Amino acid sequence: MADSAIAFSAKPNFRSEAVGFLTDATLCIGCKACEVACKQWNDLPADNLGPMTGMSYDNTIALGAETWRHVAFIERTADESAIGSPVTWLMLSDVCKHCVNAACMEACPTGAIIRTEFDSVYIQPDICNGCGYCIPACPFGVPQLSAAGAAQKCTMCYDRLRGGLEPACAKACPTESIRFGFVEELYASGVARIAQLRERDVDARLYGDRMLGGTGAIGGLNALFVLNDAPETFNLPAAPDLPQRIVPRAFAATAAAALVLCAAAIAAMQERS
Amino acid sequence: MPGLGSRLGRGGATTFLQDLANSDCIVIMGANMAENHPVGFRFVVQAQERGATVIHVDPRFTRTSALADQHVPLRAGSDMVFLGALIRHVIEGGHYNGEYVRHYTNASALVGDAFRDVEELGGLFSGYVARERRYDPASWAITATPGGQPSKDERGAASDPTLQHPRCVFQVLRRHFARYTPEMVADVCGVEPERFAAVADAIVRNSTPDRTTAFAYAMAWTQHTTGTQMISCCAILQLLLGNVGRPGGGVMALRGHATIQGSTDIPTLFDLLPGYLPMPTTERAHGNLAAYLDDITVDTCGWADAPAYTISLLKAYYGDAAHPANDFGYGYLPQIGGDYSFQQMLIMMRERVIRGLLCMGQNPAVGGQNARLGRRALGQLDWLVLRDAFEIESASFWKDSPEVLAGEIRPEEIGTEVFLMPAALTPEKEGSYTNTQRLMQWHDKAVEPPGDARSEAWFVHRLAQRLRELYADDASPAAAQLRALTWEYPTNAAGDPDLATILTEINGYRVADRSPVSGFDQLRADGSTACGCWIYAGVAPQPGRNRARERDPSGPAALGWGFSWPANRRMLYNRASARPDGSPWSERKAWVWWDDAAGRWVGHDVPDFPVTKPPSYEPPPGARGLAALPGDAPFLMIADGLGQLYVQSALRDGPLPTHYEPWESPVGNHLYPAQPRNPAAIPLEHPENPLQSPQDPAYPHVITTYRLTEHHTGGGMSRYVPWLAELQPEGFAEIDPALAAALSLATGDWVAIVTARGEIRTRALVTARLEPLTVDGRTVHQIGMPWHFGYGGIATGASANDLTALVEDPNSRIHEGKSFACAVRKVLAPGPGAPDRWARDGERGDG
Repeated sequence: MADSAIAFSAKPNFRSEAVGFLTDATLCIGCKACEVACKQWNDLPADNLGPMTGMSYDNTIALGAETWRHVAFIERTADESAIGSPVTWLMLSDVCKHCVNAACMEACPTGAIIRTEFDSVYIQPDICNGCGYCIPACPFGVPQLSAAGAAQKCTMCYDRLRGGLEPACAKACPTESIRFGFVEELYASGVARIAQLRERDVDARLYGDRMLGGTGAIGGLNALFVLNDAPETFNLPAAPDLPQRIVPRAFAATAAAALVLCAAAIAAMQERS
Repeated sequence: MPGLGSRLGRGGATTFLQDLANSDCIVIMGANMAENHPVGFRFVVQAQERGATVIHVDPRFTRTSALADQHVPLRAGSDMVFLGALIRHVIEGGHYNGEYVRHYTNASALVGDAFRDVEELGGLFSGYVARERRYDPASWAITATPGGQPSKDERGAASDPTLQHPRCVFQVLRRHFARYTPEMVADVCGVEPERFAAVADAIVRNSTPDRTTAFAYAMAWTQHTTGTQMISCCAILQLLLGNVGRPGGGVMALRGHATIQGSTDIPTLFDLLPGYLPMPTTERAHGNLAAYLDDITVDTCGWADAPAYTISLLKAYYGDAAHPANDFGYGYLPQIGGDYSFQQMLIMMRERVIRGLLCMGQNPAVGGQNARLGRRALGQLDWLVLRDAFEIESASFWKDSPEVLAGEIRPEEIGTEVFLMPAALTPEKEGSYTNTQRLMQWHDKAVEPPGDARSEAWFVHRLAQRLRELYADDASPAAAQLRALTWEYPTNAAGDPDLATILTEINGYRVADRSPVSGFDQLRADGSTACGCWIYAGVAPQPGRNRARERDPSGPAALGWGFSWPANRRMLYNRASARPDGSPWSERKAWVWWDDAAGRWVGHDVPDFPVTKPPSYEPPPGARGLAALPGDAPFLMIADGLGQLYVQSALRDGPLPTHYEPWESPVGNHLYPAQPRNPAAIPLEHPENPLQSPQDPAYPHVITTYRLTEHHTGGGMSRYVPWLAELQPEGFAEIDPALAAALSLATGDWVAIVTARGEIRTRALVTARLEPLTVDGRTVHQIGMPWHFGYGGIATGASANDLTALVEDPNSRIHEGKSFACAVRKVLAPGPGAPDRWARDGERGDG
């Protein structure tokens, strides 16, 4: 990677071999080709054959064990007094973030979740015992248990990467809303895209970027997103962090509570006697 | 495609999808491009990224609107008023390209004294024959030539280059649209004047020598009783603005699905032969070849060579059996004597005039208009051969249609013998697509089809062989035609006929040595050449070369990628990308220009013009063909080489586009109250095709039907596929929040939608993406319903086409699925015959 590609002092320290996605909500036309290409390549079954959800055109609802790309549709009524559209309809294709420090990986007791040579986070199906610890660990709700009881999520098409092909979703995207590449380069173009959109008065932000919101101890995402509204609008946490980082604080709080309760109990017993 | 054909000369998109990226303003109207042409939409996105303004004019806020800079909701069926008002704005504001209009259009031609406009006759043009619901176009002629007779070729007609004469086309056009004001747009379309002004300004600002505006349309213009004129109205506007034939300009006709362009080029249409040669008909003097050729040949343009194209086609059909002594087998061709459009076929099947049907790649039980009648028609057949990948509704209608489930029809009463033949899908066979931009692209076979599935070529090849054997000893004329056919295709190991041989036949070859021609200029009218479709000449110019299979993306026009008819020209009429003197309109918009030193037209594209004809060329007296057109006449397939702001006789419902309401509309015709409907539209009369009266109070709402990204047409290739079915698993109707509130409707509730054809029940999807419009002082609600759904497959739902009517545009014979009138009420259950398996099986909880 040429140094000239990154001209930001606070650039995240992505690993140089890291590849990932830049998914741009402002270019998404909601065609769901990414969802279908993903299911077809990875031979995932259809998992929602009805009824319709009634949630705009979103019948996928969320990422799941058998749904590794999910296009969200956010339909809202805007200021009706303005000339122009009374509604906005935002679309974004969500995916596993392939975190720089992945909570699922830290939580996995069997070592089934590994970091690949592409810096993607991969669940080895033959190792996973289905304990499900990764599920609450993920701040984005990505991995889920399949019907067969194994944790599953986006592999970033590991088999395609090994064969020198880009992931199926990026290949299928007609408007380059999903771009695949080296994360350092994607990050640079993401930052440039934000600047360009802001010039056009779009409320744009780069999700997963340390400078613009941050990802706490996760340390960055290998799947970045260009958003044209607040992350919560797209059902993304505004300030994701490693849940493990809360453990010391939680442990201390629990210990403090236990001490207080013990003291209260002792005091009560002393009063009785 | 008579809308573009009559005004510009060819029934195809004037430009190519990649060129949309060169636009400064793209108006998408009558189309939902992001949803239905998502791959082509990438070029709209590219244009937008380069700073272009994207405008979507549509009744519904769709995924296209979501990406557009402006969305303008208008009442379905009112597009002509919007377009007419743009024309008025351009003329009255002086925003037209005067040099382009004077040189490249027929604006200066004088219309004859006998012509009367709709403005004078209350909504009718002169020449209306009320008893037959048709026009006699004699009075529409451009003024007589000095010889006294209306000239067949229009050359030598009187004209006024100052455009001031009251009878010149420009002034006729100006008067015709004088009442199409922004206020009229507000009254008829429900579009506020500010929104209209914003669109008009953007178009005018981006239609200059240095900037261009493109229009993209699709089925939402085609499927009206005035659809052809809507498209032709857009062509007039683009001619006035000087946008046709220029990069980033033009009219992008987006086709309904893959290779629909190909299926009009080598047509599945009843009234055309390959290459847009008219089908011989008993309604004109087509009794023998000479009479037919005399009728279709136009001496002073590209159609001067119609005899070469026709006789080469007959040689391709009949080989040695076609020779001068027997009119080259012209007599073998059937002659049509009326309307055999798809809609008419349904009626003829219903009445047992047609007894058997070969149904390939179509699902009329869902996708046909008045599908309820259509299913009954299928049930009247003796036999039905249906080729598809699944047992679609048109194959299973006899056991699971709503009529059968509701007990109205019992399967044992249906005598139709159904033969379901498994069909190979695209990757399972070799072949070609001709897409929306006239681009033929070859695809190889990737995998073997499963089981007994076979390609269409395999099936048709065997069918032809069997028929020829069956009729070998028959004495009927039909049998003689079958015997005369050349049918000598080698087959490969799988039994498929050799497609290279067929492509060479389409391309054309010299009969003597079977050597392929490299262009249609080499076709001859003496029987020495054979050609299956003259516009494709050049696709296979040498043995072993298939240009449709080539993939070189380099260059602004990507001339090495596939083959674009005619002659690999990517942008039609590209002579107009240069000024009359041959220089580019601007450096930024240079495409094809005259190189004086080289003495030829050069540029980024194959010139759509005789390549060495200088801009100053004046035809000598008596010149024929392209030599008869001057050096500044870009529209080669029209007799005067000019864009037709005014059409003399090529359109059946008038020389100029006029607003009429849809056949069934809750609103009267504000412009011509005495003529609510297109006076030349064709309603199909049948007891099972009842039609509503104009402004019938029983049907107060506008309804429009459409498609979703997630499904394909009648659903045969999507609703049966789990990965696609799950994306939109159930049918629905979109309803605006105000109407929903009035009906106490929430998303997921059942609604009954009613027209004169009957009632269907489906789920409501309440959305602010539809908004009530104020039209003519009252509120009009618009219902939107995807027409993909049916009772078969995984994703099911009531069929919107159970509501549509058999009523046709007089030019294209296409139905009116984009705007009609309905009633809506809330119901508690899907009712008997419901195709919705969730309701039927009681599986669904309320979501």
